Amino acid sequence: MRIDWIAKLQTYLQVLAFCLAVATIQYAFVPQRPYAPGVAYSIFIGSIIWAVIDLGRHLLPSSAQTGWPKGPAGIALVAVAIAAGYFLGTRAAGAFAAWQGWAPHEAAGSASHDWRGSVLVTLIAGVVASFYFYAQTRSAYLQRKMGEARRHANEARLKLLESQLEPHMLFNTLANLRALIASDPARAQDMLDHIIGYLRATLEASRATTHSLQAEFDRLHDYLELMAVRMGPRLQYSLLLPRELAQQPVPTLLLQPLVENSIRHGLEPKVDGGHVLVSARRDGRTLVLQVEDTGLGEAGAPPGHGFGLAQVGERLATLYGAASAVDFAAVPGTGATATIRIPLQP
Amino acid sequence: MTRRPTALIAEDEPLLAQALQAELDRAWPALEVLASVGDGAAAVERALALRPDVLFFDVRMPGRTGLEAAVELADEWPAGAAFPALVFVTAYEQYAVQAFEAQAVDYVLKPVQRARLARTVARVQEVLARRAPGGAGFEATLAQLRALMAAGPQRPQETLRVLQVSVGNAIRMVPLEEVLYFEAADKYVRVLTTGHEYLVRTPLKDLIPRLDPAQFWQVHRGTVVRAMAVHSVIRDEGGKLHVVLRGRPERLPVSRLYAYLFKAM
Repeated sequence: MRIDWIAKLQTYLQVLAFCLAVATIQYAFVPQRPYAPGVAYSIFIGSIIWAVIDLGRHLLPSSAQTGWPKGPAGIALVAVAIAAGYFLGTRAAGAFAAWQGWAPHEAAGSASHDWRGSVLVTLIAGVVASFYFYAQTRSAYLQRKMGEARRHANEARLKLLESQLEPHMLFNTLANLRALIASDPARAQDMLDHIIGYLRATLEASRATTHSLQAEFDRLHDYLELMAVRMGPRLQYSLLLPRELAQQPVPTLLLQPLVENSIRHGLEPKVDGGHVLVSARRDGRTLVLQVEDTGLGEAGAPPGHGFGLAQVGERLATLYGAASAVDFAAVPGTGATATIRIPLQP
Repeated sequence: MTRRPTALIAEDEPLLAQALQAELDRAWPALEVLASVGDGAAAVERALALRPDVLFFDVRMPGRTGLEAAVELADEWPAGAAFPALVFVTAYEQYAVQAFEAQAVDYVLKPVQRARLARTVARVQEVLARRAPGGAGFEATLAQLRALMAAGPQRPQETLRVLQVSVGNAIRMVPLEEVLYFEAADKYVRVLTTGHEYLVRTPLKDLIPRLDPAQFWQVHRGTVVRAMAVHSVIRDEGGKLHVVLRGRPERLPVSRLYAYLFKAM
């Protein structure tokens, strides 16, 4: 663990300012006592409390993430620090006062009759200051967390856009369109409609979070139709969506990366091509979505493959937690199957 | 020479193969397209059988990439015949364009545009007019294929020091200093030391970027040898090169692409 000494110094300066304030308030209540010894006591006690808490928290492992030890450990740390601050601080300040030649009876906290007051002041000041710093660390931690979450979401969106607008996909599709315009204008128009559907879905997916399963299957149809024009007879596909599941809400373009994986890693590299089957079915209270292909079935998938699956898994975990699951099975030479299970919406 | 120039197209997307053929008809009416194939293995086989003057290879193809097919073809090409002019067709420039400036090999971006294709045709015609069997043109093509292989999409990786090889249910650590050569075998790579042979699952093409190029030389598509272990290089009756390593009995073939490594001083 690295300790940021600049931040430590900043905290310590705040502590010193707080100690001065405490001493000043005490002086305001009892102006007949001299000011200097009060300040000395306050600073000695405050410094020790600060040192125990601010350095001690690094020794407790639970503070590594949030900056503050979790639960009872945090409270115990403050209690130990305040006790140490009081006993060691008054002792050190007493020695300092003697060295300065201040009359012992003039020094704050030395007179037996008001030790209760000193303990109370130390306790209140210690708790208030600790709480202040605790709240500060906590809000800094929460802000950092929020920033991380936002960055994560942005990254996922960027990755999705990148994979949708992958140059090979885009330019090969356009090259096919260009070829069709000359040879078969009607089919070219048809293909252009699918390109438009595909691009619109890509852009919308970065805005909306869910759409109906019907919309998801329509987008897959656009994509598969584009790929079927490109790959010719090497790609066959079927989409099976029971009517009663058509209106189920699903995260936008959830299945897209899985179908892309099937094509990119399963069928495109296979000389004879093959078949992709995308299906939805109901299993009790669970919606089961499946992408099967008869491609190469490489289990030790190249990096791109892992990314698609990992991305789907992360999205599902954020949306449904433990109620969702993604499975991937590949049999070399036979094909691969990706299965998603999410809760069925009533 | 009154013979019509011939070509072979290797492109896995049928519409794009047709479109390229149609564009070629327009840009170079004299060119005769002998065949159009859809994968890398068929491209090598048909090119060897038909011996066309020009090859149009898609970079991304099933089975073998256009580049892999070209390298294999260069290896197997009969010694007496002139090597075809090579044109790569790609949707996306994954290789630095300067790799193509040596002019031995050209490339066209998809969608293929007429003006660009006309330039390629002019360049290919020039190459064909100059070429001679086994001449300087072939050497330039080989040099460029090597450059393209090296320029492929690869990340800088840490050099391997030790290989972790599974032997039975144990993992054996084999220091790289002991390795004499690597040989691709189906899905595995055979690792040979003086007295042992091991199998690793990492494909050779993933292993090569992690080997120190000063110590290990690739001499063939499927063979990487320890340079210091090479005892001699011999040429057989057919004119093919083979290396003999200290500490190993076998002779390993050297492909044409890497023959440049072994020249007498």
